[in-house]
Amino acid sequence: MRKTLFDKIWDQHVVKNLPGGRQVIYIDHHFIHEVTSPQAFAELKERNLPVFRKEQITATADHNVPTKNQHLPIEEPMSRKQVTTLTENCNEHNITLYGLGHEKQGIVHVIGPELGITQPGMTIVCGDSHTSTHGAFGNISFGIGTSQVAQVFASQCLILQKPKKMRININGKINPMVTSKDIILFLLSKLGVGGGTGFFIEYAGEAIESLGMEARMTICNMSIEMGAKGGLIAPNETTFNYLKGKPNAPSDSKWEDAVEKWKQLYSDEDALFDQEYYFNADEIPVMITYGTNPGMAFEVNEKIPSAADSKALNYMGLKPNEQLIGKKIQHVFIGSCTNARLEDLKIVANFIKGKQKAPGVQALIVPGSQNVANQIKQEGLIPIFEDAGFELREAGCSACLGMNEDKIPAGEYCVSTSNRNFEGRQGPGSRTFLASPLTAAAAAIYGEIVDVRNI
Amino acid sequence: MERFTKLTSTAIPLPLENIDTDQIIPARFLKAIDKKGFGENLFKDWRFHSDGTANDQFILNNPNYTGSILIAGRNFGCGSSREHAAWALKGYGFKVIISSFFADIFKENALNNGILPLVVIDENLHNLFKAVEENITTKFQIDLEQQLLKQVDSELAIKFEVDAYKKTCLLNGQDDVDFLASIKNEIEQFEQNRIAV
Ligand code: SF4
Repeated sequence: MRKTLFDKIWDQHVVKNLPGGRQVIYIDHHFIHEVTSPQAFAELKERNLPVFRKEQITATADHNVPTKNQHLPIEEPMSRKQVTTLTENCNEHNITLYGLGHEKQGIVHVIGPELGITQPGMTIVCGDSHTSTHGAFGNISFGIGTSQVAQVFASQCLILQKPKKMRININGKINPMVTSKDIILFLLSKLGVGGGTGFFIEYAGEAIESLGMEARMTICNMSIEMGAKGGLIAPNETTFNYLKGKPNAPSDSKWEDAVEKWKQLYSDEDALFDQEYYFNADEIPVMITYGTNPGMAFEVNEKIPSAADSKALNYMGLKPNEQLIGKKIQHVFIGSCTNARLEDLKIVANFIKGKQKAPGVQALIVPGSQNVANQIKQEGLIPIFEDAGFELREAGCSACLGMNEDKIPAGEYCVSTSNRNFEGRQGPGSRTFLASPLTAAAAAIYGEIVDVRNI
Repeated sequence: MERFTKLTSTAIPLPLENIDTDQIIPARFLKAIDKKGFGENLFKDWRFHSDGTANDQFILNNPNYTGSILIAGRNFGCGSSREHAAWALKGYGFKVIISSFFADIFKENALNNGILPLVVIDENLHNLFKAVEENITTKFQIDLEQQLLKQVDSELAIKFEVDAYKKTCLLNGQDDVDFLASIKNEIEQFEQNRIAV
């Protein structure tokens, strides 16, 4: 025994051991999108190879799509070309595509789970670093490059070196107003953007077990920000309840067997990790980033450290010892695969109900998928957003990476629920503060950064 | 894939840590459907001001620095998985990137495109930066077969590690698709065995 959850899943997927330590690993499901797949399809064609297992691939258009008037042809020619190329490739190879206009379209890491394609015990890849999101269901999910997309097309396998294993234990109860986004920003501030490199991280402990699936996804999503190959959480009743009845989840006759198998997915009591951390949930405060990588984060009411990276502060237009509380902002972006699911948008709606956004602030809400957009309609959240002056858009990655029209103008500040505050990430010259949906909603109402605990 | 065996070149130093792939190639340049032309947009927002004029302060715009080796600070290539970053570096003409640490996905992407991500310890990285700082024309020789990085006309010689499988791939100009296609039967057998369990 003595196996970690990660070992159990990995070992079940080893096709072959290669000299020198690499292993051929079988991939259960492969998600693709329009930006990182065209060159891989081209590669197949060049080599005259077929797609090996088309049933194990799901495609969607998300990175490059407009969030307005999705029923019209995409205006920008390059983006349109990329999306139509995806459609052509999927048609040619008979791959399931939830393209623009489809009721199941959305950000790839939002639709996988909500359709029940993402399940415990699987290996899942996608040409996108935030594939780590799916690990919230207790599986091995990670981002790959386009050459590897071609490898999976050709063989449903990858040639990999087994990563080391880390466990982060968070015990105790989570403080009020602290969300799972704050938890992961806290971990990033402690471990840094290189802290997880070479590792696959298991998140465990009472505080993690108590989280809902959507909150778990937010944490696993940002594992990559620590440089980790991925992150995962052992499945429990919360996981099973979430999956039950989802379109692609095991159907009635197979459900019991599947759950029985999933219940074996946990780290053995004496399992050995290469590295282990322990935190107490009550030391985790409300967090925000101040710099240009997600590790440059601190408690929202702190002062910027005097030793903070000067290149980052220059870019952000901030000074050492300055406080972010009271800092005027011009944009709020509530979206991305980190925080654009129903639970996130409910948190926002609850907070802004009956309030008005501050004048001069653009507050954008971009649901993670068409399905999420439908859910918020059913839940009656749309009038709340509209009355508060928020702008509700159609599903896609949007201002998370600014590949479409949704960009933050140079020099302006945005409180964003996304996952990266790199220079230019939200558009050339954009300045990003990463925070939870709650902190972002509050910033939109007050027009400045506030500490939600003091409201 | 092109073979990689030996290289002798001057180097361009970029002593910044955590250079992410959004800097290497900003997202707005990811719209192509082939691998060509990314070199022009390498480090775009560092190389050019927002009005399109060249940023003279940035090292790639300094004509005194040339070469196909990039020496960069720790944790190079972190962030997005975009292989476009590797295509941009390759398109610009880099064949070797030296750092004390590479982000995982970037490292694979580089190797899959015939770029050697060469890891040295922090102290050696410091020495390499110093060597170039003292003399821009310093040349380095990289011998993959011997796994040896040497400073030409100097004592400095550093043995480096490289994954045995990837080394063979680079030396022979083979890649993973070739290999995986060759073991198709074993993969099918694996699938059969799983269904049986
Ligand atoms: S929402 Fe942002 S992080 Fe997520 S897949 Fe899209 S671009 Fe990547």
